[in-house]
Amino acid sequence: MDIYKLIEWVVKIGIVFLIFMHALAYIVLLERRLLGFIQMRLGPNRVGPFGLLQPLADGIKFFFKEEIIPRDADRTLYIIAPVVALVPALTTIAVIPFGDTVNLFGRQIELSITRVDISMLVILALTSMGVYGIVLAGWSSNNKYSLMGGLRSSAQMISYELSLSLAIVGVVIFSGSLDLVQIAKEQMGTWGGIIPKWNIFTQPIGFTLFLISVIAETNRVPFDLPEAETELVAGFHTEYSSMKFAIFFIAEYANMVTASAMATLLFLGGWHGPYVEKFPLLGPVYFTMKILFFLVLYIWLRGTLPRFRYDQLMKFGWKFMIPVALANVVLVAALALFLY
Amino acid sequence: MMEQAFFLILATLAVGAALSVIIQRSPLYSAFSLIGVFACLAGTYIMLKAQFLGAIQMIVYAGAIMVLFVFVIMLLNIRKEETALDKYRYLWLLSIPFAATLIVEVLYTILKVTSDFTSLPEMAKRPEVGDSQSIGYGLYTGYLMPFELTSILILLAIVGSVILARREKD
Amino acid sequence: MIFFLQEQIPLPNPPISSAPPVQVNAILTDINPIVNYLPILLLLIIAISFPVVALNISSFLRRTVFDQAKLSAYECGNDPVGDARERYSVRYYIIAMLFLIFDVETVFLFPWAIIYDQLAIFGLIEIFIFIGILIVGYYYAWRKGALEWV
Repeated sequence: MDIYKLIEWVVKIGIVFLIFMHALAYIVLLERRLLGFIQMRLGPNRVGPFGLLQPLADGIKFFFKEEIIPRDADRTLYIIAPVVALVPALTTIAVIPFGDTVNLFGRQIELSITRVDISMLVILALTSMGVYGIVLAGWSSNNKYSLMGGLRSSAQMISYELSLSLAIVGVVIFSGSLDLVQIAKEQMGTWGGIIPKWNIFTQPIGFTLFLISVIAETNRVPFDLPEAETELVAGFHTEYSSMKFAIFFIAEYANMVTASAMATLLFLGGWHGPYVEKFPLLGPVYFTMKILFFLVLYIWLRGTLPRFRYDQLMKFGWKFMIPVALANVVLVAALALFLY
Repeated sequence: MMEQAFFLILATLAVGAALSVIIQRSPLYSAFSLIGVFACLAGTYIMLKAQFLGAIQMIVYAGAIMVLFVFVIMLLNIRKEETALDKYRYLWLLSIPFAATLIVEVLYTILKVTSDFTSLPEMAKRPEVGDSQSIGYGLYTGYLMPFELTSILILLAIVGSVILARREKD
Repeated sequence: MIFFLQEQIPLPNPPISSAPPVQVNAILTDINPIVNYLPILLLLIIAISFPVVALNISSFLRRTVFDQAKLSAYECGNDPVGDARERYSVRYYIIAMLFLIFDVETVFLFPWAIIYDQLAIFGLIEIFIFIGILIVGYYYAWRKGALEWV
């Protein structure tokens, strides 16, 4: 076993994990500020310049908050639930590539924590575990709102997981690989020097399906039924307080970032952009910018759209998304025959 | 060396979780222990270079089948194993022959495989046997007929589940 | 990859390859791609320990003021009525069942999509039949009202 390889992994995990956690904190701030501007108010701007220390203040506050475990709750499952929700969300970053191979310190270093040949499936496998955190939270709290929220949320997540996977199949047809690095590399270069060879241009239907499914998977507006505060108080985390609530919160934002990273890698060419072949370290910059684009889009949607009704949501998922996604697979397959 | 260590850890966790499945009194705890078993098995698959199978194990078994289990347990609102089961206590006698058969089967397979490694099918010895390309090739060229028949099986499953769940309306 | 696939096509009776069989204990050597799964395990451990540590630190810092009313289930201020774990709609069960079925189908599509460039028109016909049969089942479920929520 190569000891340098091990050191490289540990260093990469440390750096990526720290950046990721800080990014999550600042995405919350970004969301609050942007929503503020959309609603013609300022948002948090008191703590530090432009409110930049707000995430820190919130974090410290969460540590000191009193914790309440309901009397009738199933204590073990109640405590495990937030951990179950967070762990898959954090683990997915292990296989997300954010750049090409670079030469650093005399070593060839891949700009991803690790590279496996089925990284797409690894992400799908991990995110499919995220449902249990929500189901557990809903059931263990022994609260009617929590249970309804948990059930609704899990049914919604599994329904939209199908169209999500089917949209990914379309991309896999083009790239012939489940390796995210390979999928991103297939989208290198441009047509005629202007239009980048991104999958979004060859598979607009697939991209739309993917985006809708991902918003539903992460329980964001207009699919934020589990947290529909007008009917379910706070959905599955009604009974959660202090650090446990914070963990659910982190998990939700981690899922958002992972989903944006997936959308970027599958449809927007990953880290590719102008001059990235010459300067591979530009890759992570482009990658971050594309992820930010999706995050701002989510926040913008949240500031703009009303919420679906639950039966509309399920009807849309099962009667529209799935047939269109199946048709998209066949269509892309036929298109691939013409193109190659 | 490393490999043995990892295998031992995974195997211990898997057996522990499996024991927990049968020891837990609450069905929901059993179901979640079963997810743990599936996760450990997925890890074992990956160590056997069957990464694709490992991921599928997580997606289908741990991610889809167990969701169904958990929903059913929550739907029926089963708290603890019903005490009514206690009148079938004598059934545990049946478990002895079943367990014995299973142990003999497993031991036979292990002995057969380890004593004569060359008797394995040629495919099983290839280094690339677990990767997704070779699975795709096997499924869509050699075993095309079973694959297409699978779709009929899935069709039957859809029809069955619809009929089972909607009986009251027809 | 294509080289490997060419010798793989006659699968029912594969040719006896002259390559030596893989040593059982050759797994997890340096050239083995499986080693690349190790960082996922490392990150998994970190991801588990992060919330555990955070919860433990928080348990030292926070204070608890005991109050009987705080511990009851939240029902907008009223006293909670009955138990929350009532029986609920059978819809969720149907959705889970259909999800399982369609998930299995989707999983079949992944290996097909990977080697689609080699299968070409053959693969298109295969998947046409496969999805065609499934559409029949989907149509049946639709007509029987299994996809209705109300």
